[in-house]
Amino acid sequence: MSLTELVSLALAAILAENFVLVKFLGICPFLGVSKKTDTAIGMGLAVVFVMGLSSMVTWLVNEFLLIPLELEYMQTVAFILVIAALVQFVELFLKKFVPSLYTALGIYLPLITTNCAVLGAALLNVQNERSFLASTAFGVFSGLGFTLAIVLFASVRERLEYAKFPKCFQGFPQALITAGLIAMAFMGFSGLQVVW
Amino acid sequence: MLNIVYAFAVLAGLGVLFGGVLAVAGKVFAVEEDPRLEPLTEALPGANCGGCGFSGCSAYATAVLEGKAAPGGCPVGGEAAAKAMAEIMGVKMDVQARKVALVHCTGHGHVHQNYDYDGISDCLAASRLPGGGPLACPDGCLGFGSCVKACPFDAIHIDPENHVAVVDPDKCKACGKCIATCPRGIISLVPADPHVSILCSSKRKGVFVRQVCDIGCLGCGICEKTCPEGAITVEQFLAKIDYNKCTNCELCEEKCPRHLIR
Repeated sequence: MSLTELVSLALAAILAENFVLVKFLGICPFLGVSKKTDTAIGMGLAVVFVMGLSSMVTWLVNEFLLIPLELEYMQTVAFILVIAALVQFVELFLKKFVPSLYTALGIYLPLITTNCAVLGAALLNVQNERSFLASTAFGVFSGLGFTLAIVLFASVRERLEYAKFPKCFQGFPQALITAGLIAMAFMGFSGLQVVW
Repeated sequence: MLNIVYAFAVLAGLGVLFGGVLAVAGKVFAVEEDPRLEPLTEALPGANCGGCGFSGCSAYATAVLEGKAAPGGCPVGGEAAAKAMAEIMGVKMDVQARKVALVHCTGHGHVHQNYDYDGISDCLAASRLPGGGPLACPDGCLGFGSCVKACPFDAIHIDPENHVAVVDPDKCKACGKCIATCPRGIISLVPADPHVSILCSSKRKGVFVRQVCDIGCLGCGICEKTCPEGAITVEQFLAKIDYNKCTNCELCEEKCPRHLIR
C-alpha cells in the first residue's frame, strides 16, 4: 500500500466520511458518553483500539472462512460474533497485562461490543475489497475519526451547559441540534481527495 | 442444502471456538483480587458521589483496603456503612453523629439588589461581577442554584419566595458537594438532630447589615448572654454555635431580636 493510498484513506476515514458525522453510525455512544471531554477521550481511544483489532480479525474470518465456503451472506452475523468475543477477550487480556490501560478505558471497553460503528467498519472493509493492511488502517483511522467527532462534540456540550436555552430545548434537543450543526460543518469535507 | 449445513457449522464452530478461548482466557488471565474488596464495595451505597474524596465507591474501597483511608469516610452510607466496613477490615471505629448541610442565610436580603442581573443563571458567574453579584448583601445566598445543580441527591432546592437555597435534611447525605460549589461559602455541615442554628453568614457591622437585609445578624450578643451553656459566641458581629455544648434548649431562638436563630 503506497503512502498516497494511506493518506487518502486517512482523510476519507477521519474527515470526508467520518463515521459519526457523515455516515451516522455509532450515534449511541456519541450522544451517551459526550457530557465530559475526558470521558469522551476515553471512549474514543477504546473505539480506536477495538476498531483496529476487529478490522484485522474480521478480515481474516472473511477471507479464510466465509469466502472459501461461499458464506458471504453470513457476514453480519459472523462479524457480530467475532467483535463481541474479541472485546471480551481484549478486556480479559488488558486486565491481566496492561492494568493501567484497562483502568483508563474502564467501562467503555465492554460498551463498544454494541457499537454499530465497529461493525460498520468491518462491513465497509469487505464491501470495498480492501487488503489486510488497508483494512487495519481503515479501522484505526475510522476510530480516530470517531474520537475527533466525540471530543469536539463533548467540548461544545460542556460549554453549552451554561447557555440559556428555552426549557423545551434543554438536554437532548440541544445536543441533537449541536450534533446536526457539527455534521453540517463536516459536509464541507466531502469530496476531499489527495492529488499527488 | 449443503449451504445450510456449512452456515450452521461455521457459526456454531466460531461460537464454540470463541467460547472455548474465552473460557481458557478467563482462567489464564484471572487477576487475583483481595477477597475483602467485593464485600467492602458492597458495604458502600454505590452512589459514586465522591463525598469521601475518592473518585467513586470502588476507588474508596480500594483505598481502605490498601490502608490509605479509614473506614467511615463515606458520608452517604454513614454509620451502617462505617460499621460494615470496619467489621470487614477487622478494626474498631468511632461512630460520628450524622450531619447535614445547612445554608446559613434566610434569603430575606433578596429584596435589596444593587442592580438587575440578566446573565448566566449560575452563582459562580454572578459572583464574579462587580460587588460580588447583584445581591446587596455580600454574604447572602445568591439564589441561582449552583448548589442545586451540584447536589447528586436532589436535596437542595431554591425557595421561590425568598430566593434562597434550602437543604432537605431527610435527603441530604452530607457529601459536601454544595459546600465546595457555593462561591459565597455560606453552606456548612451541622448535626442532623433537631437543633438551633444561626441563619446568617454576615461578618459585617450591624449598621451595614441593616441596610442590606431585614433580618441579618447584627452581632448584638443577646443570644450569647442568654445561652445558659455558653455555647454561643459572637465573633466579628456574627453569632456562632458550638454544637458540642448546645443542649437545644431553644432559649436563644426566643430571645433573638432578628428571629434568625431557628
